[in-house]
Amino acid sequence: MPLLSVADLHTHFQTPRGLLRAVDGVSLAIEEGESVGLVGESGCGKSTLGKTILRLVNPTSGSVAFDGDDIAKVPSDALGPYRRRAQMIFQDPFSSLNPRHTIERILTAPLYVHGIGDRAERKRRVREMIERVGLPLSSLSRYPHEFSGGQRQRIGIARALILGPDLVICDEPVSALDLSIQAQILNLLVEMKRDFNLSYLFISHDLSVIRYFADRVLVMYLGRVVEEGTGADLWARPLHPYTRALIAAIPDPARRRQAAPIGGDIASPEDIPRGCRFHPRCAIATSICAKVDPMLEAHAPGQRAACHHAGQLTRPPEA
Amino acid sequence: MTAKLLDVSSLTIAFPRGTPVADFGFAIGEGETVAVVGESGSGKSLTALAIMRLLPRTARIASGSIGFRGRDLLALPEPDMRKVRGREIAMIFQEPMTSLNPVLTVGKQIAEVLRLHEGLSAEAARKRSIELLDLVRVADPHLRVDDFPHRLSGGMRQRVMIAMAVACRPKLLIADEPTTALDVTIQAQVLDLLDRLRRELGMALMLITHDLGIVGQWADRVVVLYAGRGAEEADAGPLLEDPLHPYTKGLLAASPRLDARLHYTAGALREIPGSIATAQREPGCPFVPRCAMALPSCRISPPPLEEIRPRRLLACPPTAAQEQANASAVGR
Repeated sequence: MPLLSVADLHTHFQTPRGLLRAVDGVSLAIEEGESVGLVGESGCGKSTLGKTILRLVNPTSGSVAFDGDDIAKVPSDALGPYRRRAQMIFQDPFSSLNPRHTIERILTAPLYVHGIGDRAERKRRVREMIERVGLPLSSLSRYPHEFSGGQRQRIGIARALILGPDLVICDEPVSALDLSIQAQILNLLVEMKRDFNLSYLFISHDLSVIRYFADRVLVMYLGRVVEEGTGADLWARPLHPYTRALIAAIPDPARRRQAAPIGGDIASPEDIPRGCRFHPRCAIATSICAKVDPMLEAHAPGQRAACHHAGQLTRPPEA
Repeated sequence: MTAKLLDVSSLTIAFPRGTPVADFGFAIGEGETVAVVGESGSGKSLTALAIMRLLPRTARIASGSIGFRGRDLLALPEPDMRKVRGREIAMIFQEPMTSLNPVLTVGKQIAEVLRLHEGLSAEAARKRSIELLDLVRVADPHLRVDDFPHRLSGGMRQRVMIAMAVACRPKLLIADEPTTALDVTIQAQVLDLLDRLRRELGMALMLITHDLGIVGQWADRVVVLYAGRGAEEADAGPLLEDPLHPYTKGLLAASPRLDARLHYTAGALREIPGSIATAQREPGCPFVPRCAMALPSCRISPPPLEEIRPRRLLACPPTAAQEQANASAVGR
């Protein structure tokens, strides 16, 4: 049984401009010890999906089964045990740490809230964790502003892991960091995965980071997963035209001064196109694509795509 | 090489509490794309602001010159500089929303540039604004011209900024991380647009970026900046295929994007230890605290960026010596 199993999850928001369907029917599973990458552009709903899975945002409908319990239906005051086992690492370590608290207080708070250990035990755990993420013990008496971006992300990781979670959702954990620091943090996350047997949902807009980090990849577009596959297959043989466009858009010295592979802008989640939500930007769309919303279906072993013309590189002739 | 359009030489920018750019020089030829690569704190944006003479008041240019079409911009009186700015050298920034005026329509903002620099009438400026929006491939330009910035997507806003920047057909466009805030598919469109305008308008492009993939795809020449000093300079292809400076090497190795075979199950990414903050009190080469091959001699004084072979500049004496030994071992 998977550790996490999400079925037909919807998260909608009422806005002055209408209904915003941020997450619009997503199903996914994460096995124990698995690292699942979730890639998509801004506005595709990937962060909202992560927050809904953690119940930081309430779902509109659907289920989130974690170790057998449906988290989507647990009353919010009874979420404590779940919060202990599922944690999040945020993109911006600058805004997610309280500037008025010392690092010791920031790291002790989760233990205190969940009633773990006595004072001495909490202190021991905090000291152990700060060294584990590669910061000196002297960091504990300092404040967040005294650290660089990379160091702050180490603190964010320590805070997420101090409760010993099973599932960690990483929301763009290295996007705000310089390239020379990114590798340090990615390596730390891999070490932590091994040491604590973590499962990750790794959210990023950066395909190359996802390519390094994920066992299995989900590609999200306007509230839906449009393609899913194990890393190697998906990179070698993308089935969905959007996945192909994303891969082609990675700047690559081999494609010197080549034209942009995909035109158009991402539609607004308040105004999702009818039929296939990608069809207005799609180079191989036909008349069916404007009418029928494609389901996520298997087109190759272990690889699913929501596309009427999955795997085709050119526009098929109309019947 | 084409004639030099911009020639920055031994530029030093000093603040009361430090010298974020020191003895830095590079040149841009007519119509050339030069990428300036560095991480935050490397001084790449400050260099751009110095070229535009838009440094914050606390900054002082302690030394150096900025030659542009035969003049030293640093010696130009402010009224003359105002004519250079926008007309001959234009600049676009990472976050278009903060550089656009939220209470003016897009058309008014483009027209302002044209009326100021070209003295166009209101009517002619509006007509030209629509043409410019069309040039940067904004769909329905006659409608978008009356939109306010908040109605546009991030990619569209950056196109509007580009339209304003190229309104007077500048000879040099400085693009400071122009696509960092944009999604990958939009990023590709914007870079493609910049390159097309470069060709069509015959302008040079100074592309400030931290993304080596972008460098490889779009730049002719690359300058790597570390802690305010030039570390390495070369043509884009040779630099990516055969980086010489330990910092450039480290960056390429730490970058997951350039190798599809890298996966966490196959091994850790190569790291550059430490952070750029360690360069602050370093009397010698600023990279010494993070460098695996540093020698005692590296700690004495910062090495200059020197030509070690044609079109290849390096600020790392130990590597330069090794290169020379290799070259003579090969026989020439």
